[in-house]
Amino acid sequence: MNAAEFQAILPLLVLAGGATVLMLQIAFMRNVKLTTALTLVTLIAGALSIIWAGESAPRFVTPLLRADHLALVFAGLFCLAAAATTVLSSDYLAQRGDQPEEYFLLLVLSTLGACVLAYAAHLASLLLGLELMSVALYALIAYPDKTTLPLEAAIKYLVLSGAATATALFGFALLYAAAGTLGFAAMGDQLANAHVGNATLLVAAVMIVAGLGFKLSLVPFHMWTPDVYDGAPAPVTGFLASVSKAAIFVALVRWFLASDLFRFNILIDSIAVLAILSMLAGNLLALLQSNIKRMLAYSSIAHMGYLVIILVVGSNIDLRPLAIEAGMYYLIAYTATTVAAFGLLTLISTEGNHRENIQLHDVSGLFWHQPLYACLMLVALLSLAGIPLTAGFIAKFYLFNSAVSDYRWFLLASLVIGSAIGIYYYLRVIFYMTRRVEEHNNNPVAPNGLMVRAISCALIASILLLGTVPQPLMEYLRSIL
Amino acid sequence: MSLVVLIIILIVGGLLAIFAERVGTHLPRWVSLATIVVALIYILGIVSSLPPEQLTITAGPNAASNWLIHLKLEWIPRFGISFELAMDGLSLLLVVLTLLLGLIAVSSSWVEIDFKQGLFQANILWTLAGVTGVFLALDLFLFFVFWEVMLVPMYLLIAIWGHENKAYAAMKFFIFTQFSGLLMLLSIVVLAWQASLANGSYSFSYFDLLGAQLNAKLAFWVMLGFFLAFTVKLPAFPFHTWLPDAHTQAPTAGSVLLAGILLKTGAYGLLRFCIPLFPQASMDFAPVAMAMGAAGVIYGAVLAFAQSDFKRLVAYSSVSHMGFVLLGLYAWNNLALQGAVMQMVAHGVSTAALFMMAGAIQHRLHTRDMHKMGGLWHNAPRMGACALFFALASLGLPGLGNFVAEFLVLVGLFAVQPWINALAALGMIGAAIYALWMMQLAFQGKPDEEREFFDFGIREMTTMAAMMIALVWLGIYPQPVLDLAQPVLDSLQNIVGPASEITGVKP
Repeated sequence: MNAAEFQAILPLLVLAGGATVLMLQIAFMRNVKLTTALTLVTLIAGALSIIWAGESAPRFVTPLLRADHLALVFAGLFCLAAAATTVLSSDYLAQRGDQPEEYFLLLVLSTLGACVLAYAAHLASLLLGLELMSVALYALIAYPDKTTLPLEAAIKYLVLSGAATATALFGFALLYAAAGTLGFAAMGDQLANAHVGNATLLVAAVMIVAGLGFKLSLVPFHMWTPDVYDGAPAPVTGFLASVSKAAIFVALVRWFLASDLFRFNILIDSIAVLAILSMLAGNLLALLQSNIKRMLAYSSIAHMGYLVIILVVGSNIDLRPLAIEAGMYYLIAYTATTVAAFGLLTLISTEGNHRENIQLHDVSGLFWHQPLYACLMLVALLSLAGIPLTAGFIAKFYLFNSAVSDYRWFLLASLVIGSAIGIYYYLRVIFYMTRRVEEHNNNPVAPNGLMVRAISCALIASILLLGTVPQPLMEYLRSIL
Repeated sequence: MSLVVLIIILIVGGLLAIFAERVGTHLPRWVSLATIVVALIYILGIVSSLPPEQLTITAGPNAASNWLIHLKLEWIPRFGISFELAMDGLSLLLVVLTLLLGLIAVSSSWVEIDFKQGLFQANILWTLAGVTGVFLALDLFLFFVFWEVMLVPMYLLIAIWGHENKAYAAMKFFIFTQFSGLLMLLSIVVLAWQASLANGSYSFSYFDLLGAQLNAKLAFWVMLGFFLAFTVKLPAFPFHTWLPDAHTQAPTAGSVLLAGILLKTGAYGLLRFCIPLFPQASMDFAPVAMAMGAAGVIYGAVLAFAQSDFKRLVAYSSVSHMGFVLLGLYAWNNLALQGAVMQMVAHGVSTAALFMMAGAIQHRLHTRDMHKMGGLWHNAPRMGACALFFALASLGLPGLGNFVAEFLVLVGLFAVQPWINALAALGMIGAAIYALWMMQLAFQGKPDEEREFFDFGIREMTTMAAMMIALVWLGIYPQPVLDLAQPVLDSLQNIVGPASEITGVKP
């Protein structure tokens, strides 16, 4: 490896180095403030390093990683999302009090896994990134709060996610048997000559779709999502819902592009079915929830359903650039929005109520008690619902554009119906937040630290900016794809 | 830039109102009032500085130079989306109506609101900003943005300051309009994409999309997307069910804004976008639309008669009156279109007045149930006289604006669809019944002697008098309004084709 190659994977190096430093620091001297600061420095340095890393992109760094601008954008995004999570969770952890330093270490490791996924150009690196991210997440879910609910969630996630990874791994093995290679690009050449009805390939495809569908929580592989989201600590849930989903999706898109998996109609059709099921089931089930975290869990299922539309549209070679651009914009918007929405759940806590279990009435009157945080939630919810002037609207507009251009009327119909249902449960939260003082008797408390306020304002600003001046990002995404 | 400034004035005024509350509890309403007055003076100032002959140009609207004011800035060039605002006589009329009714709304809620006045006034101003944007936007994407964004402050008005059943009403209002809005977004995207296939580049501009060639089947479905969004907002039977709930539960200012101007955005959308963009599909669809209009006229009137809730009665009467607008638009000849525009203005004023009346009664009696009223004329003769005036306006008394409007619609419609016309005319009898019934129940009968009841004060009488003058003026000398709208209607008819093609009638 030469210097240019090291430069191209600089974000990974920064995160790995940062993780090592953190580990040493924790081993020698426990100090939460120092750990938080080091974590922030690592993550922000990781995010900034993409500027420098971009100079030597695009190139392959070993056959495993491909450092192109797409990988860098998402590596930067994941670092920023993790940094936001760090700030938002510092108060949360302070209340736990029980040696929370390792939490930050795990967070950095999980981010490193996500970044590896963004770089992946080979099934081996895809699996490595996936496991690095997931294993850190199992611990993250159980670590900060040592009560039954998070432990249950962690075990559930560990067992089910392990099974899903094993299924996907078996699929990879079969794929290797059929194609003779694990590199994305080489695999594409091999598959081009493969017989379509090949039983090995078919079984491999089913197992991989099931395995990765589980990770993306597409219906019918979604069963774990609400329970794990519900049980996990709020900041971790936000990270799980945004970064881990986005990382897997980015890796998936890169694989589809490099190996041209779009040419398998049967695969595309089954993804379309999964998309429709996810959009409808996710939104319908979200209607029934009064626990905000569970509601957001189902809503994330629906959003993943919206998102995989772009894989279907991508099967049309003329529209592939538009579809991928739409998907990337959607991911960025979705990540910012999800971090914001779970950020609120991290920040507020109500007296006499278990914190992981925030019900609708716990946010009652939040507008009058905590205007800034209520605005954060308001903007996030409007963005999730796809109301104009927010990032979510532009993202949805992109999806409409790409699906319309490909005449995908069934997908569009599900998208419209799903979004219309979605408005109800998003608005219900807003309605509760605006309830007047005399209509409820709780008094949510939230930290008032400068950092927390700053990050809330930054999240609000980024969602609104993505929704009102989307042109620069659109142009940038177009130029790198 | 002047149109942007107009919208910015309203938005900034809202922010000022929020901050004003920190200075004084009652300051926000003054800020709000001042903002609307400034906006009104500003827009009238701009118009009066234009050469007067420009108001009468009758060229096709697909040339930017034929508009009174036209502004186009790049916004999202990736999809050919621009920040395009323009004003012609029709938009001017509706923007002025919006601002005037904004004043009425602020006045009607002068003492009603005791919770977070700053935010309340801000939401009123932001609703006005959104509606103004809707009336001015010529880029379909921008139009959609305003269309959706104006709902959010309106939702908050109902959800925060509404009456007992506000959660249900606000939610229903938002979901109805959002769902139909999503269909419209889908239609807009399909239309722009089809046009881009023909032109080679994406554009959402009205000028580029006018005359886009779609195959007949697709055009029908795309037209339906627009039609649904606009008729839900109008509202036309059978999509009106959100309206009685939203109007009833909204605070007085919210009802005034909803009935006075938000409903007009639906009519405006049909007139400006739906019919000109899809002339052929609209022509084929006209009988269905007119049947919906006539059904709305009668159904609204019958249901209005069945109500005991003052606000619900007025709300159903709106369904009935907006049916005339739908009839007028789809009859698509000059008389009927003039009638439709006239109805938009006259109904805006008369219904706003009735909702203000309902709000005033509720503020005093804490009920909207007309069976608990009775004999109010005895307690408050000034209120009674005002209510009688607007009830008569609502039933279409000659000499008042609503009569002119409904008369023009019926005359125009008769040439096209005499039978539907006959049905719709029955609605006017219904209007007489429910309007007088309302007067009888609420203001006549035996008064409750124990009741403490204050009559209208100076503020309320001034507001009412202004609206009365407006209606009498519209009824006796409607020509200025007709003149203002005429060039726009002419040019729209030029796009769609001669009226005979649509209606089968020689002009």
